[in-house]
Amino acid sequence: MRLPPVAITAIVFVVGFALCTVQFPNFASTRVAANLLTDNAFLGIVAVGMTFVIISGGIDLSVGSVIGFTTVFVALAIERLGVPPLVAFAAILLLCAAFGAAMGAIIHVFDMPPFIVTLAGMFLARGASFLMSTESTPITAPLYSTVSDFALRLPGGGRLTAIALIMLAVVAAGAVLLHFTRFGANVYALGGSRATTALMGIPVGSMTVRIYMLSSVLAGLAGIVFSFYTAAGYSLSAVGVELDSIAAVVIGGTLLTGGQGSVVGTLLGVLIQGLTQTYINFDGTLSSWWTKIVTGILLFAFIALQQAMLGIARRAGPRKAGVLKS
Amino acid sequence: MNAASDPGPALLEVRGLSKSFGTLRALQEVDFTLRAGEIHALLGENGAGKSTLIKAVTGVFPRDAGIVRLGGAEVAPRSAKAAVDAGIATVYQEVNLLQNLSVAQNLYLGRQPTRFGLVREAEMRRRVTALLAEFDLHIDVAEPLGNYSVAVQHIAAIARAVDQSARVLILDEPTASLDRHEVEILFAVMRKLAKRGIGVVFVTHFLDQVYEICDRITVLRNGRLVGERTTAELPRIELIRMMLGRELAETTSERAATQARQAGEVCARFEDYGKAGYVAPFNLALRRGEVVGLAGLLGSGRTETARLVFGAERADSGSATIDGAPVRLQSPRDAVAHGFGYCPEERKTDGIIAELTVRENIVLALQAKRGLAKPLSRAEQDEIAMRFIRMLDIRPPEPERPIGLLSGGNQQKVLLARWLATAPRLLVLDEPTRGIDVGAHAEIIRLIRELCDDGLALLVISSELDEIVTYSDRVIVLRDRTHVDELEGEAVDVSNILVAIAAAGTAGAEAGQA
Ligand SMILES: Nc1ncnc2c1ncn2[C@@H]1O[C@H](COP(=O)(O)OP(=O)(O)OP(=O)(O)O)[C@@H](O)[C@H]1O
Ligand SMILES: [Mg+2]
Repeated sequence: MRLPPVAITAIVFVVGFALCTVQFPNFASTRVAANLLTDNAFLGIVAVGMTFVIISGGIDLSVGSVIGFTTVFVALAIERLGVPPLVAFAAILLLCAAFGAAMGAIIHVFDMPPFIVTLAGMFLARGASFLMSTESTPITAPLYSTVSDFALRLPGGGRLTAIALIMLAVVAAGAVLLHFTRFGANVYALGGSRATTALMGIPVGSMTVRIYMLSSVLAGLAGIVFSFYTAAGYSLSAVGVELDSIAAVVIGGTLLTGGQGSVVGTLLGVLIQGLTQTYINFDGTLSSWWTKIVTGILLFAFIALQQAMLGIARRAGPRKAGVLKS
Repeated sequence: MNAASDPGPALLEVRGLSKSFGTLRALQEVDFTLRAGEIHALLGENGAGKSTLIKAVTGVFPRDAGIVRLGGAEVAPRSAKAAVDAGIATVYQEVNLLQNLSVAQNLYLGRQPTRFGLVREAEMRRRVTALLAEFDLHIDVAEPLGNYSVAVQHIAAIARAVDQSARVLILDEPTASLDRHEVEILFAVMRKLAKRGIGVVFVTHFLDQVYEICDRITVLRNGRLVGERTTAELPRIELIRMMLGRELAETTSERAATQARQAGEVCARFEDYGKAGYVAPFNLALRRGEVVGLAGLLGSGRTETARLVFGAERADSGSATIDGAPVRLQSPRDAVAHGFGYCPEERKTDGIIAELTVRENIVLALQAKRGLAKPLSRAEQDEIAMRFIRMLDIRPPEPERPIGLLSGGNQQKVLLARWLATAPRLLVLDEPTRGIDVGAHAEIIRLIRELCDDGLALLVISSELDEIVTYSDRVIVLRDRTHVDELEGEAVDVSNILVAIAAAGTAGAEAGQA
């Protein structure tokens, strides 16, 4: 029997966690686990959106900039204009939805590569956030302190924070949407073959629009979460997060060419990156750039693995003759 | 056609439909009438415009002129989805469904049963299993479609369309990769639907099937309507004349008298060659100038044998020798290096590179064989391309056209040309005439004989027994992935092959019940 890629990701995570535990006896605690979730909450949320985009055969390079834009927008709206936080959140999510929809529409209508369109989106969103403000704006609204004080206490001293809970909720909702709805099936179909999906009567255009809309809205939500995490808005925040999230998705077993993957895998991919960072924090002597190196190595390994598995599948040719009784 | 002679009311009427691709006028003022409850053949040579007509009607291509009426009301679907909603379900010629989705998702994509917005997976699987059972197909519908053979995938595509067809069902060459038994099941389903009052449009190059099942025939040639006839009143010779616009010399179905050729020396020999769980070990000697046919039901191990011979699959027992010297065939590259060629069955998915031109597709294998150090000059490429375009009558005869823009049958001819261009010493052809029109069919059979006279060894797989008998010197019959019989010389005829397969068939059925 062949292991699905996500099982391999899970094994890597468990083995990694076990190694850390062996080296640092107090590693295996609810505190470390809860912090892992909190520290990677925003990354987990964008990565869920990225999972949909990549499975559908696309890519979204704009998410990091959208997070940055969101933090600045929210900070300025609350602090400068005195907009109630919830109103500011609603406004930014609508704006993100429109942004994603526009990118999806351009990709579909002009038949442009998603890579180019979302790259333009990345510059646009980053540029716009610099236009609004180049400085870091602290957010002092009462809602922010309430939210950061809130936490579910776990036995063993861990604190499951609000933003960790939001991330877990997004992962759960994303998994249901991807694996158990028509929308999700269409996402896989698009990644299999756009032309065939269209011939099968799926509205390819509106699907594309909705997928990029979902990705941008989740990036907006990640931006809000990021602003909770740092209690500030800054136009340079979340630079390069699009690449971290793509890495998480691929390490999570999603095929970079589309058509296969899972949300749970993506969560594991995020946690593996977080685990590396935590290890470095525990060690105390290593440079935090080691996270990037480990991520890079894992990425290579997983892409090689995918290629190998595709190769095996291709060599095997048409495998089953099908049971045709005469 | 005058209205008085129409037996049923018109269900789908196409009037004055035109469609051009740039300067190429693919359809010119074509009329087509489908009546409720009839099975209507849409025939014509490769590139005549059949698939284009279907796509213009179902909105995949925008049409330049013309109207379509369904049940008297004008319809103008803008997409495949709109056509399905209007009641026209279609299996397009190139559709292979989605390899990465489960069989069940493929059949119900876009219309899965849901509760509270969630797909009812179990219910969907139950329905799909029942639906496929009508086609005598008993498979695990939760598995990815790509795990099954082309034939199974085709049946799944047909089942999807049949299940969706409210008023009109269009099938563009559905039988091209099915064997006899599956064709019969499909025909039974088509008859049942027609009885229910659904109009069925059936595109095929198998004229026997047309006479077996169709009530009426519409013929296209070069994008124009040639005429509409009832099948009963149209003799076959006349039909072929309508399609080709000329007479076809009826030499193709005769077994050549010169068959008693001197078989040359053995060029490749396989002893106890096999792979566990794939094909049982077999002995096979291929001689120069000889055609060996592989006959058997679908899934009997024909393609598997070919893949082993070509190194696409590694044998785990036995030995291979070429010209007396032992060789190891580990990969297709080894085989190509030894001068083997293989034209696979899944040409649509495996072979063509849609963006490359006809010329580039033709010289691809030859260039690969020569290696990058010895590039073919442009003049050589042009010469080779034109030679095969002429030889196989590839239309339009433009070497610089991207192959993706050719009709399905013409793409297949290009792939055949690719392997012929390498001048191999052993060529394996898997279903070489599938999807190829009557005119070119005769051409290819003639070509196969010529190649042999030039000293090539050929291994040909075909489900067309008439065809196999026409060109084979020896026929190997397979059953259950085992070589069970070998017919030679006088013994090679359709009834003997059938007897061998049938004997095998009953044995297989008994084994199946045990
Ligand atoms: N997308 C396209 N762009 C340009 N030309 C096209 C396109 N599709 C088809 N053609 C051309 O239109 C003509 C009709 O093609 P069509 O596919 O309708 O033939 P067909 O009758 O279905 O043939 P076959 O039996 O080989 O499937 C051909 O000359 C083909 O090259
Ligand atoms: Mg066609």
